[in-house]
Amino acid sequence: MGWQITIRKPGYRMKHPFPFSAIVGQSDMKRAMLLTAIDPSIGGVLVFGDRGTGKSTAVRALAALLPPIIAVKSCPVNSARIEDCPEWANVSDGATHEIPTPIVDLPLGASEDRVTGALDIEKALTKGEKAFQPGLLAAANRGYLYIDEVNLLEDHIVDLLLDVAQSGENVVEREGLSIRHAARFVLVGSGNPEEGELRPQLLDRFGLSVDVASPTDIDERVEVIKRRDAYDNDHAAFMLRWQAEDATLRAQILTAREALKKLTTPESTLRDVAELCIKLGSDGLRGELTLLKAARAYAASRNDTALTRAHIRDVASLALRHRLRRDPLDDAGSGTRVNRIVEDVLG
Amino acid sequence: MTPWGRATTALRLLWADPAGLGGIALRARSGPARDAFQTLLQGKVTRLHPAMPLDVLDGGVDVSVSLAEGTLVRHAGLLEGGARTLLLTMAERTPPLLATRLCHALDAGDAHRIIALDEGAETDETLPAGLLDRMAFHISLDGLGLHDVGPFDTAFNTVDPAELSAIDLPETALNELVTLAVTLGITSLRAPGFALRAARANAALNRRKTVIAKDIILAAELVYAPRATRLPEEMPPETEIPDTPDESPENGSTEQDLLQIPQDILLEAIKTALPPDLLDKSGSNTGRNASGSGAGRKKVGNRRGRPLPARMTGSKNNQARVDLMATLRAAVPWQTLRRQQHPDRTGPIIYPADLRHKRYEDLSDRLLVFAVDASGSAAMARLAEAKGAVELLLAEAYARRDHVALISFRGEAAETLLPPTRSLVQTKRRLAELPGGGGTPLASGLSCGLETAMTAFRKGLSPVLIVLTDGRSNIALDGTANRAQAAQDALNVAAQITQSGINSIVIDTGRRPEAALQKLAATLRGRYVSLPRADAQKLSETVSAALAT
Repeated sequence: MGWQITIRKPGYRMKHPFPFSAIVGQSDMKRAMLLTAIDPSIGGVLVFGDRGTGKSTAVRALAALLPPIIAVKSCPVNSARIEDCPEWANVSDGATHEIPTPIVDLPLGASEDRVTGALDIEKALTKGEKAFQPGLLAAANRGYLYIDEVNLLEDHIVDLLLDVAQSGENVVEREGLSIRHAARFVLVGSGNPEEGELRPQLLDRFGLSVDVASPTDIDERVEVIKRRDAYDNDHAAFMLRWQAEDATLRAQILTAREALKKLTTPESTLRDVAELCIKLGSDGLRGELTLLKAARAYAASRNDTALTRAHIRDVASLALRHRLRRDPLDDAGSGTRVNRIVEDVLG
Repeated sequence: MTPWGRATTALRLLWADPAGLGGIALRARSGPARDAFQTLLQGKVTRLHPAMPLDVLDGGVDVSVSLAEGTLVRHAGLLEGGARTLLLTMAERTPPLLATRLCHALDAGDAHRIIALDEGAETDETLPAGLLDRMAFHISLDGLGLHDVGPFDTAFNTVDPAELSAIDLPETALNELVTLAVTLGITSLRAPGFALRAARANAALNRRKTVIAKDIILAAELVYAPRATRLPEEMPPETEIPDTPDESPENGSTEQDLLQIPQDILLEAIKTALPPDLLDKSGSNTGRNASGSGAGRKKVGNRRGRPLPARMTGSKNNQARVDLMATLRAAVPWQTLRRQQHPDRTGPIIYPADLRHKRYEDLSDRLLVFAVDASGSAAMARLAEAKGAVELLLAEAYARRDHVALISFRGEAAETLLPPTRSLVQTKRRLAELPGGGGTPLASGLSCGLETAMTAFRKGLSPVLIVLTDGRSNIALDGTANRAQAAQDALNVAAQITQSGINSIVIDTGRRPEAALQKLAATLRGRYVSLPRADAQKLSETVSAALAT
């Protein structure tokens, strides 16, 4: 074999991550993540908020929640069929196995080589073989790529990631290698806005955006700690209870994926979406597309057969709040502005 | 409890429940207390260094051995194979990449313990916030002498996790801890979780089957006190009690039924452990005075930028990229000889000494230091316009990912409103709050600007000083109102700035161009721009043009 994955997936060894359904509150964040699970083409999710609000817990929980995927055993990019495996991988055996939906962490400060993959230098030097060492993008194909503190990531890596996320293909042209492979993943970024902002051009590339805050209600906070405590100390019983809930949620995702195919989108709703985006003055058409996709996924998750205004109203702020053309120095929350205009347009 | 008592108790608890408590961040400059603490850990820890490459933690290909043997040889990482106790020295210099990796290790629940020795001198020089939040105990041993170090026992007991889980926890205790966290202004939900685990661990160490008031108080003191960002309302901050050596929580009526732990006892315990700089913290908005500079400050010379010739390398830094062509070029002349030595090996025979690593040269980030004249004369004239101009420049700085710092000078001296940051929201807020009035201590403003710029320069940024003033300098460096002296001082400082090689721009905000300012700009060898009347946009363009040249 000409390649070998030596990249470890940090945080992957946790046997049973905290169950997704057991996360208290944070309904926006959970909804956004579920929508991308139903329709990955919505694009990434950006979660901005304080420390200790359950951002990373939610992402890790997602790994256990998502339905497993079928992948060719020896394929470095988790292809479903042997025809899809990139030729440089020289996959000869089409045997498939079930693997959990990959969720790959991109550590801050990762080098470009590690992200895109590069010539396997060690192999080249010791054996004289020209081999490609797949990077994080390969490992994340058909899954999720999680970047904590995305606002602190070096700009050239962010550009590269968003470019690949848009095109769904990773192209490596360096050191005599000319390699391309599928890299379709959902980008999940999190960060604390007090430590630096994300450029508006990049904000726009994330499909959905969520602001999270620590719950201010004492009862809710007590519930968080109680569940965490139960997770730590009464693990078996806790997992038994919540894994059942997770299973229900997983079944819902699968049903919703089917329902999405049959969902009809009336012309009037399309007009609503367009009108909304014009009123908000969001740049380009990406806002409309994402809003539409998110609303459709949301409708599917509720098992509805047609898209209505109610669906749009519920996801508008998720899909649009980060797309407003705004003064970079304006620190007022844009979520309220979106909601106000939604009220105006949709009544 | 004394700080030393806190440190040893934290260690004991950490040993009892590594998976739940994560670690200890110990803030101490080198001194007897820190030495004593390290003696406690002797033989129990693996030392880490912030500059260490990541493959030490994760394992990786051992390049030298691989090359020598001709096959791929992996070396194991520290985080593989069982729980370890890692001692991170000079933790305040932990780079983001390492911090993220350690955060993951803690999140994964593998029962690794991390003890971070933070030697930061300034308040904002500390561990990366994400890592700090994942460690249960933050302890300060700063300023402790030998006499503060009490007797200690170097044997720590571990506790079976099952035993820990079996400890009974009354519901009220949980409510108590969560409420208390809110009262103290601790937003992160990790803190109550840690407090709970600490209480359990303490109960287990004392062979109790249920958590009692004493455990809760201890946990609150250790976990909450350093995290508190505000004092509870009924307690005025002036009454902060200095550390008392007696164990106030212990000799209180603590053996009573847990259902009635009075909040006062808990607060009392925390109060004694509150850090002295609590009010500094609360002043700066929930204590998150993260330097806010982003990750771009330090430039690793081997990852991006303009390529430089490859160079032989001694370090096994895994961030560095091997330059294949240069390596092969170095190896080629020896192939015939080496082939004779290793007749059985195929492919090029490369020795570790042939390895060449890529090097890059990168432009460092730019810092714009705005020194804004807010004196009475400027305020009368065009302070509002100057503010507008700075805002426009800020918007541009945002687009270019520049860092900005804000200095104002008025009255008798200059004041740093905002140290270098990338957070424009903060900059804008401070700028809006900037009042006008008083004399014009131009020299003081310049010297403050010089200081900020030099600090940034030493950190690898390229500073540019932008002075907005009407040039009517009338306060000398020593604070006296002497127009001639003031002008002379300003020129002297300007000469210093020129010598330090800092680029500068002078923006005249006066009603008509000021000859003194043109002279100042000439001394600074910087651009002189006269603020175009009521046209902030044009000013911004002018400055951008000046910066570009």
